Amino acid sequence: MPPVTPVHYLFLSMALFTIGVIGVLTRRNVIIILISIELIFNAVNINLVAFSSQFASISGQTFAIFVIVAAAAEAAVGLGIIIALFRNKETVNADEIDLMKW
Amino acid sequence: MVLHDFFFYILAAIILGGGILTITRRNAVHSAIFLVMTLIGVAGLFLHLQAEFLAAVQVFLYVGGITVLFLFVIMLVNLDEAAKQRQFNRQWGLALGCVLLLVAEVGYFLYQGRDSFSFAESSGVLLQNNTQAIAMSLYGDYLLPFEIASLLLLVAIIGAVVMAKKQI
Repeated sequence: MPPVTPVHYLFLSMALFTIGVIGVLTRRNVIIILISIELIFNAVNINLVAFSSQFASISGQTFAIFVIVAAAAEAAVGLGIIIALFRNKETVNADEIDLMKW
Repeated sequence: MVLHDFFFYILAAIILGGGILTITRRNAVHSAIFLVMTLIGVAGLFLHLQAEFLAAVQVFLYVGGITVLFLFVIMLVNLDEAAKQRQFNRQWGLALGCVLLLVAEVGYFLYQGRDSFSFAESSGVLLQNNTQAIAMSLYGDYLLPFEIASLLLLVAIIGAVVMAKKQI
């Protein structure tokens, strides 16, 4: 095993980001799409904290806290939308929600 | 130093394994459980990077808050019907191709520039009192963004309540 350098954290972050993007683009279930967005947020946080530790600067960790706040707000509003959607359309599949599709 | 590296690889395996299982499971509850695995792996990685406060926030907020919210909605919305249907949409081949192209590009440039990320060895002095340092930064340099974040949370609370209400 090669010793861990900052680029290892970048590659890990890239892999997690990719998994999240694949989840967003290929799944049909809206809830799993939202879960994949959380994976993307976590990939960003890994990058921020890795560089914060590398530069010995605390700003990266402060930004990570702001990212977590945005993730919490996004999850609350997104899940509210899903509940309203399920009440009106009785489906959670993203490709069946095509009211505005021409 | 070897143990330090060893833990990185263990945590990376937990994070990526949990992530892959999260997006491939048919049952949404299983997805949420594997999301917890990924999030705890990321919390471990924060501890590994000496960000103790952020590791605690990750466990409290993500594992204790957001995941429970997800599970709550999964239980509220009837997913038995959706679990029996097709799980991937019709454009999955095209989407996977685009993502693999993106990964190849980003991976290539990261690999090409891998030496430019090796900065001077961090001193670790600044990160000694982690919580105190974050508090000083949050209430000093980033006071205005902190207030805006609190406003964002207020708006999100009102939005979620309005959205989930039967009649306004």
